[in-house]
Amino acid sequence: MSISIDDVRHIAALARLGLTDARAASLVGELSTILGHMDVLSTLDTRGVQPAIGVGARGLPTRWDSGPPIPLERSLDAFAPSLREGLLLVPRLSSHESVEEG
Amino acid sequence: MSNAELDAISADWEMVVGLEVHVQLKTRTKAFCSCSIEFGAPPNRNTCPVCLALPGALPVLNAHAVELATRTSLALNCTVQPVSVFARKNYFYPDLPKGYQISQFDKPLATGGWLEIGARADGSPIRIGVTRVHMEEDAGKSIHDRYTGVSAIDLNRSGTPLVEIVSEPDMRSSEQAGAYLRVLKQILEYIDVSDVSMEEGSLRVDANVSARRRGETTLGTKAEVKNMNSFFGVERALEVEFIRQVGVLKAGGTVQQQTMLWDATRNEVRPSRAKEGSHDYRYFPEPDLPPLVLATDWIEKMRHDMPELPAQRRTRFAKDYGLNEYGVDVLTANPRLAEYYEAVARASGDPKASANWVMGEVLAQLKHTGDTIETFRVRPADVAELLGLMRDGIVTQSAAKKIFIQMIATGDRPAQIAERDGLVKVDDDAQLVAWIDEVLAEMPAEAQRFRDGEKRLQGVLVGAVMKKSKGRADPKQLNQLLAGRFTV
Amino acid sequence: MTPVSRSAAQLRDDTAAGGLSPSGTVKAAIARAREVGAGPERLNIFAWSNDDDAREHAANCLDQMSDTTPGLLLGVPVAIKDNIATLTLPTTCGSHILDGYVSPYEATVVRKLREAGAIPFGKTNMDEFAMGSSTEHSAYGPTRNPLAPDRVPGGSSGGSAAAVAAGIVPVALGSETGGSVRQPASFCGVVGVKPTYGRVSRFGLVAFASSLDNVGVVGATVDDAARGLHVIAGHDRLDSTSADLPVPVYHEAAAGSVKGMVIGKPKEYFPETLDPRIRARCDEALERLKALGAVVRDVSLPNTAMAIPVYYIVAPAEASSNLARFDGVRYGLRIEGDGLRGMYEATRSQGFGPEVTRRILLGTYVLSAGYYDAYYRKAQQVRTLIAADFGRVFASGVDLLFTPTTPTTAFRIGAISDPYEMYMSDIFTVTANLAGIPAMSQPIGLVDGLPVGGQFMAAHFDEMKMFAAAYALERAQAAQGRA
Repeated sequence: MSISIDDVRHIAALARLGLTDARAASLVGELSTILGHMDVLSTLDTRGVQPAIGVGARGLPTRWDSGPPIPLERSLDAFAPSLREGLLLVPRLSSHESVEEG
Repeated sequence: MSNAELDAISADWEMVVGLEVHVQLKTRTKAFCSCSIEFGAPPNRNTCPVCLALPGALPVLNAHAVELATRTSLALNCTVQPVSVFARKNYFYPDLPKGYQISQFDKPLATGGWLEIGARADGSPIRIGVTRVHMEEDAGKSIHDRYTGVSAIDLNRSGTPLVEIVSEPDMRSSEQAGAYLRVLKQILEYIDVSDVSMEEGSLRVDANVSARRRGETTLGTKAEVKNMNSFFGVERALEVEFIRQVGVLKAGGTVQQQTMLWDATRNEVRPSRAKEGSHDYRYFPEPDLPPLVLATDWIEKMRHDMPELPAQRRTRFAKDYGLNEYGVDVLTANPRLAEYYEAVARASGDPKASANWVMGEVLAQLKHTGDTIETFRVRPADVAELLGLMRDGIVTQSAAKKIFIQMIATGDRPAQIAERDGLVKVDDDAQLVAWIDEVLAEMPAEAQRFRDGEKRLQGVLVGAVMKKSKGRADPKQLNQLLAGRFTV
Repeated sequence: MTPVSRSAAQLRDDTAAGGLSPSGTVKAAIARAREVGAGPERLNIFAWSNDDDAREHAANCLDQMSDTTPGLLLGVPVAIKDNIATLTLPTTCGSHILDGYVSPYEATVVRKLREAGAIPFGKTNMDEFAMGSSTEHSAYGPTRNPLAPDRVPGGSSGGSAAAVAAGIVPVALGSETGGSVRQPASFCGVVGVKPTYGRVSRFGLVAFASSLDNVGVVGATVDDAARGLHVIAGHDRLDSTSADLPVPVYHEAAAGSVKGMVIGKPKEYFPETLDPRIRARCDEALERLKALGAVVRDVSLPNTAMAIPVYYIVAPAEASSNLARFDGVRYGLRIEGDGLRGMYEATRSQGFGPEVTRRILLGTYVLSAGYYDAYYRKAQQVRTLIAADFGRVFASGVDLLFTPTTPTTAFRIGAISDPYEMYMSDIFTVTANLAGIPAMSQPIGLVDGLPVGGQFMAAHFDEMKMFAAAYALERAQAAQGRA
């Protein structure tokens, strides 16, 4: 399986990774080569095989609906890049545009 | 938009609606961490390593959220799956700290339910299918209008447990969609899983709507309509979008599969700026959470412990308390009111008098004071005691209303108030006759006309005596005595 | 004898007996770290270290024990990989995107170390976000192999393996996703243990691929590693994949033996292309085990060849999601750009190095619409087959498997530039991560003066058997060495 420059641009956009044209172009080859090694999997018949999910687990443990939360030894002020009046700031978004924004 | 326009196209065209309803569950703490979900805390106060998505933090599921989601599923007649799987829904947004939402995808908590939203003309019930109920976590809040040039993020809501309830595309009108939402909301109130307030955001509705010519059986291309903040808004948005789609189809065009945003102030829908194909959520099973395994015994226990649902309660109230349809409707509309009524009825032993008092005086006072039944000061036992005082002839109905006002104002018990304020019924003939004589003396013209046979004046005279007695006079005895005064 | 050449057990006993002070031990460790860091070799073992911080931990270590009996690691300095959350030193995963980030909470394994009296000693260098097999891909520069400074120490826990190999600490915490403890242990001539998935809490381990990640232990000896693992193992309610099972006392396996044990020799791990000198070291080890009474049996794990393709689909897929949180909003690096989108892209493209970028893209691709079934789902199905291979072999009466840890010895810095060639260094180690079973590497001799590692693998939660064999082999090698 080889991938195109458009594929690279598409997945870079999904992953919010900015790529220069040169880097995008070289990734076409790098990723195609790696994916080429994956093609061997298609030779295996996996009909009826369950995908590995929750390997070794015996159900999902749950917790009581009570506190206290795991404490923070330092508050957001100590590590947030941009904070005002306790709110995290990011470049302006238009309202109502959620997932789809930008 | 006009109703005439809707009526005109509805002759030839049919609206097809499916609804996706998100409901915040009423837990104390978040879905995957122990942070409080109380409303109104300072920004980002209710956060921890998990809901801030700090490097290395891991989710642990809240057992109570599972209980509430399961109760919801069972109340909607769904099959609760013995194994369900959490999945990651991947997308970037600043109020989604992990860059993915923990949700459920191809193996949801529950599937295949339904609810009834009324009956057809022939009496058969209208059932709307519930495709699935799944658990997920809420995002934080983005505040766009607080500061210039930047948006502000508050993660207090991040990780609040939600259920998403997805219906089949079974609704055929905006009225049916509205009915579905009202029935659903009532059920959720009855089983006490959520505050279900659209205004406060604890219930949110997205609608999928398409249009087709009447008689067609295949579904048209649907649009998703978002951003409604009331049931009324949902109904209007569906109508506007339906009219828009029919317009497109009639002109020979095709409906685009897209997201439309409802603008309540302009009464219109407009397409979201989303680029087509831009959502690719890359769902995959959440590796930090093994599959959720629910034992059959546990599911059956949840079914057994299910609070009474609205339909059951309506039937029971009609049967056990002999209430008419109107009484049943009023008293079961809200589960807390129904519980209040039932407590009064049980304590007083008189369901009819209880129904009259709760529907009359209690609801009137709630309307007057702006309280809800949950915050109403008067306990059902005290209302029952008041009804008992009336039944036993200790106070008159007129005095009882005065006592009730005092009960609300002071929180005191009715007998105490009756005693203190001198509202105990007076049935002493001598006292009653003395009041009658005073009134006859004060109103000689009316007295004379009554004496001459104008019987309708009896009410006026009795009223005057009642007033003089401050409502304490026993009306029955008073009537007899008044009549007797003139037969001698 | 200087403190740094003592084993964990000796340090603990001497400290408990009062013959050794924790501050003296730390002083010696600091001196040794300076020696290997400052000299011409400049091993670059630590991403973050602070002498005052180490001294303070030493001063506190007696108070921080959870009870009054001397902790199992009392007075033992333990180096910690830079992807495990600590309160007093940064936790940056060898990445520019976490520049300056100091975790406001502590990993469960670090708390357990402190409660056992250990002295947290520096954050070790690593391939960025544990993506690599050489510790060349760190924002803080490559780490060098203490045994051959022109060579890599292996990776991604190269700093942890080097810290132990250089004699700074007897125990270090690393992490494993596909062999990142065992492979560097092999390259550095020390012991590396990857426990059963779920045996050790992941709470506070910065996630790379959640279904494969483990906290592992590097030890100078089998005993050092066994004690380290005993301290950090156990159930943790903060990790939903943590196993609620009792923890054996692993160092009691020292008293065990391999007599009568069936040790499987899987043919897929001894291909014809295997370096004959590495094969020879493995055969010598197997002969020793036989001499101790073990039965060696040829076995087959037929889906082994699929492990690297499966691993390099599953791990990048999970990584692409796990690394989405590094977005410049709440912590770490933030670089402004054109609007929100620009900020995201600038922060992430400048914050992540090339290998991390490559894997995020690969993972995004295999999860994206239209490719999920062909790649991710298929890989998870084949993963089931790989796990079933192990299940079948262990159910057939095989107690342990023995293989080479790596197909080569430590290679020269810069020698491997092709990503897929680098991925192949994990060929013998990724299977244990895919199956969730325990595995460990220990030195079994030299080739051209460079250490060779031999690997034991066991069934789920069968670490005791693995340690018993490792102790026995180590003793036999030592006896041979003296003879």
